[in-house]
Formats: sequence, structure tokens, C-alpha cells
Amino acid sequence: MSAITTGRTSSATRRPRKSKAGWNLLGILVFLTAGFPVYWMLNTAIKPAKDTIDPDPSLFPTGFTLDNFRRALAIADFWGPVGRSLIVSLSVVGIGIVVGLLAALAISRFAFRGRKIVIVGILAVQMVPLVAMIIPVFLLLNDLEQYDKLSGLIITYLTFILPFTVWTLRGFIVNIPRELEEAAMVDGCSRTGAFIRVVFPLLAPGMVATSVYAFIQAWNEYIYALMLLSQQHQTATVWLGNFTTKHGTEYAPMMAGSTMMAVPIVVLFLLVQRKMAAGLTAGAVKG
Amino acid sequence: MSAADTTTPAKVPPPRQAPPPPAAPNKPRRSRTSGSAGTPWLLLAPCLLILGLVMGYPLVRLVTLSFQKFGQSQLWGFQPAEWVGFDNFSGVLGDSEFWQVVVRTIVFAAGSVIFTMVIGMLIALLLQRVSGWVKTMVNIVLVASWGMPIIVATTVFKWLFDSDYGILNALLSKLPGVDLVGHNWFASGPQGLAVIMLLVVWGAVPFVVITLSAGLTQVPAELEEAARLDGAGAWGVFRFVTLPILKPIIVMLTTLSVIWDMGVFPQVFVMRDGHPEDDFQLLTTYSYKRAFEINDYAQGSAIALITVVLLLGVVAVYMRQMLKIGEVE
Repeated sequence: MSAITTGRTSSATRRPRKSKAGWNLLGILVFLTAGFPVYWMLNTAIKPAKDTIDPDPSLFPTGFTLDNFRRALAIADFWGPVGRSLIVSLSVVGIGIVVGLLAALAISRFAFRGRKIVIVGILAVQMVPLVAMIIPVFLLLNDLEQYDKLSGLIITYLTFILPFTVWTLRGFIVNIPRELEEAAMVDGCSRTGAFIRVVFPLLAPGMVATSVYAFIQAWNEYIYALMLLSQQHQTATVWLGNFTTKHGTEYAPMMAGSTMMAVPIVVLFLLVQRKMAAGLTAGAVKG
Repeated sequence: MSAADTTTPAKVPPPRQAPPPPAAPNKPRRSRTSGSAGTPWLLLAPCLLILGLVMGYPLVRLVTLSFQKFGQSQLWGFQPAEWVGFDNFSGVLGDSEFWQVVVRTIVFAAGSVIFTMVIGMLIALLLQRVSGWVKTMVNIVLVASWGMPIIVATTVFKWLFDSDYGILNALLSKLPGVDLVGHNWFASGPQGLAVIMLLVVWGAVPFVVITLSAGLTQVPAELEEAARLDGAGAWGVFRFVTLPILKPIIVMLTTLSVIWDMGVFPQVFVMRDGHPEDDFQLLTTYSYKRAFEINDYAQGSAIALITVVLLLGVVAVYMRQMLKIGEVE
């Protein structure tokens, strides 16, 4: 026994001190490499436009200016696309979270015939490559006269985020002990009452995280927004995509546009990511 | 909701009042009888309705379309769609360009998945060994790049790899013996797709790292300790302790990555200004081109359908894994 403990302590004290510096160096290298694209976007966005066409660019900021942002806003209408993206994303989240929660409750708190088929179905839908569906969705919305309408895009996005929303919410619900609900029901709550008073408060953080994640998904979507809306109804991602195609050489305002698109989303993502990662993998190890 | 209000409370309490001595076997039975049969379906209805309308129906339509003749005149309703059997498939499969696209897509996806998984695993293992502050720094950067909208990331990479003013050419040219000034990374398909692969891997690694890191915390330290005492080296511990425990997560991540990387579209599309050249075409962009540029919606659908069929095997693996998890509750 003493041999084991000494063996452990020596490996625990000696090895880290010696090699941690090496690992840390490697970690910093990963940090620099992975972070470089983001850094370069920010750097290009804030430095004077003339410095972006320097054949020997400086790695560090050469100055600070907001001209690139002004130029990006002047090139094409920015707030229109952003407004449309907001309408679409918020509607998708609002509807998706309610519909998704009901479905998640059904598959996590009820046992019924066909439950397994429903789960398989929802998972299978998630696995269909969305790009493969452009043609029939385009034709469907064309037939329903929903082409070039935000409502058409909203209902399309709903199908993209619902499977994911249901599955994640289910993960959060499963982690709330059923006994809590049962205890509330023994104490005289109805099933709905037990849900609202006991489960819902525990579920709220998970729901917020799922909503934010769904919002990001809807906000970031590109192909369907490109295909289902005409030029004058374009969303923010299409705005940026067109920016590339029409003004390919003006990289400084393009990076300013990218920054405006990315920063709010990345901040949102940073806020909910921990919760989401936990939800995504909840149960994965148990299996 | 109202049905849940009225029907379930009456039914739920009784089994609770009955004394349940054998707790374990009784528990699943109780959950199986609670709630009337209609309630879950009522809760599921809106979800299934939406999925059926905008997913189920188009999926069926995708299949029927690929057996029809459907071009511009059918789109505008001048001519009815006409059944043509396997014509679209024989047209697609008989085209040598299609097979080139298939091979290119598979190589591209396989490369992306392998790089994503290997790099992701290495970084996850590295994060276990670094100091806390380094771990925090790396995590913030990973989450930030994970959260970057794909379009933004694509735009940024386009700028990084710009032939005249891109930072990458300038930096690489500083290395002795390397001269990449003015080098156009997108002049040829393989090189351009390698850049796009880098972009895909850069965007996909964070999810893998964060998921694997979460998984690694669940590997019992005692097990690793025991293996080490039994004389296992670092590789042995990883191979025989860590890897088997992480296997469910790895299977899930790999299958998801295959599905995502086979579906890469905006990266190629935006990188090539909306018109990918022939040697940049992947199955997704090829299907898009057939449908919306050549206006042959039927052949486009046939290609999309072939893509879906190619992925079915992977999806089956994923589903099995998820079902295993789904049953554990």
C-alpha cells in the first residue's frame, strides 16, 4: 500500500512540474492557431482600409478607425436584412420552443405505443441532409405561394430546429427526477400543476439555452434564405454572402460586415454553450 | 394541453396510493400506464404536423421528382410532370462527371472527418494536461470559432487566403525557400478544396473537443490509475481505458461529422462566388447546379436522393447509438 501511495505522489508532483510548461506551450499554440481567423477578422475590420492592401501586412493593428463599418453600412442596406433575420429567427424560436417542449414532454414523460417510432422518426429527420431538400422545399413553397415570403422561411426553419430542440429538451427533462413531480402530485398537484410548479423552473435554464441555440441556427442559415427569398427580401447572411460576390475586393468593409454579423452571435453562443454541450451529451456516456 | 389537464390527474394518483413494495420492477410499469393513450399524441401533434408538412412531404416529393421529367416548363405549369422511370438515374449514373463528383465528395468528407476527429481528440487530451488558465483561453477561442456563423467564417477564410493581400501568403513567404506571393489557392480544385477542408475542420473541431472533454471527465481516474499500476503506458491507458469508455461519444461524433461534412454547401458556394468551377463540385453543389442552373429539377433531385442513400448506412449507425441512449432513462 505504501509503495502505491509513494508511486502516486511522485508521479503527481514531479511529472506535472516538469512537463506542464511543454503542454502549456502546445496549448498556447492551439489558442493562437484556432483564434487567428477571428483575430484577423477583427483586426482587418478596425484598421485603416489602405493598410489592408499592404503586400507585407503587419500582424498587429496599425490604427483604429470605424470607417470600414460606415462603408459596409453604406454599400448595401444592412438594417433591412438584419430586421428580417430577427423576425424570422425570433418567430422560429418562439414557435419552435413551445412545439418542441410539448413533443419533448410526450417522449420523455409518457410511455405509449409508437413512442419509439416517433423518436426514431424525429432523429431520422435530423439526419436528412438539408441541402438535399432544397429542390422539393422550393417547389412546395412555390405551390403554396409562400415563395419569397418570410412565413415560408419561418416554417422551413422550424423543421430544421424542431428535431434538435425536441431531442435536447428531452435530455434536460430526463435529467429532472420523476420523483419530484410525483411528490408534488402526492401533495395534491395536478399533473399540469406539478409540471408548471416543479419541472418548469428546473427546466427554464435548459429552455433558454435551447432557444438561444435555435436562434443562432436560424440566424446563421444561408442556403434556404438565399433560395427562398428574392434579392430585395434577403436576410443578413445572404447580405454578407452577396457582399462577397459583389464587392469581393473590398475586404476591409467586408470584415467589418462580418464582425457585425458574428460578434452578437458569438457572445450569445459563449453564454449558452456550456449548458448546451451538457445537454447534447447528457446520457451519451450512460449508454 | 387541456386533455392533459382533465384526463391524467385522475389516473395518476391511484397507482401511487397502492403500496409498491418491489420498487424496481414496478416503476417502469407504472410509467407505462400513467396518462391516457391520447395525451402524448396530442402533445406531439403540432411537432409532427410541421415536420410532416415541410419535411415528410418534400422527402416524398424528392423521391417522386427523381422519377419524373421536371424542368422549367413543369415549374411554371405549362406542362404536366411526366413519369420517366429510371431515366434520371441512368442519366446521372452514366455521366462520368457524376462519378468524379462522388469520389471527390467522399475524399473531401473522409478527410474532413478524420482530421476533425483526430485533431479534436488530441486537443481534448491536451486540455487535460495544461494549466487552468491555458485551458480557459483555449476554451474561449474554441467556443468563439464554434459560434462563428459559417458564412462569416467562409468570408474570413477567403480573406486569409486571398492571393494578393492575404495574410497567409505573406506569412508563408517569410519562411526560407517558400515563395507564395500572389499564389492563388483556388486556381485548382484539390488545393482550393484543401482550404475549404481546413475551414470545415476549423469550424467542426470545437464541438468535438468540447464534447470529448465532457466525456473525458467521466472517465474514472481510478481506472486509469489501475491500468497505469498494471504497467500500461500513456498509449495503453488511452487505448484500453479511455477509448472504450468514450466509444459511444466517438461513434456519435463521427457519424454526425460524416453527415455534416457530406452536406457541406455554403462553404464551397460562397468561397467560389456562387459559381463553383467543375473541379470544386461536391454532390450538394452539383445537385444544386443541375436543378437551379441547368433547370433540371428532376436530375438534381436524383443526385440529392443518391446522396441521402449514400448516407443511410451512417445514419443507421447513429440511430442505433442514439436509441441505446434513448432507452436508458
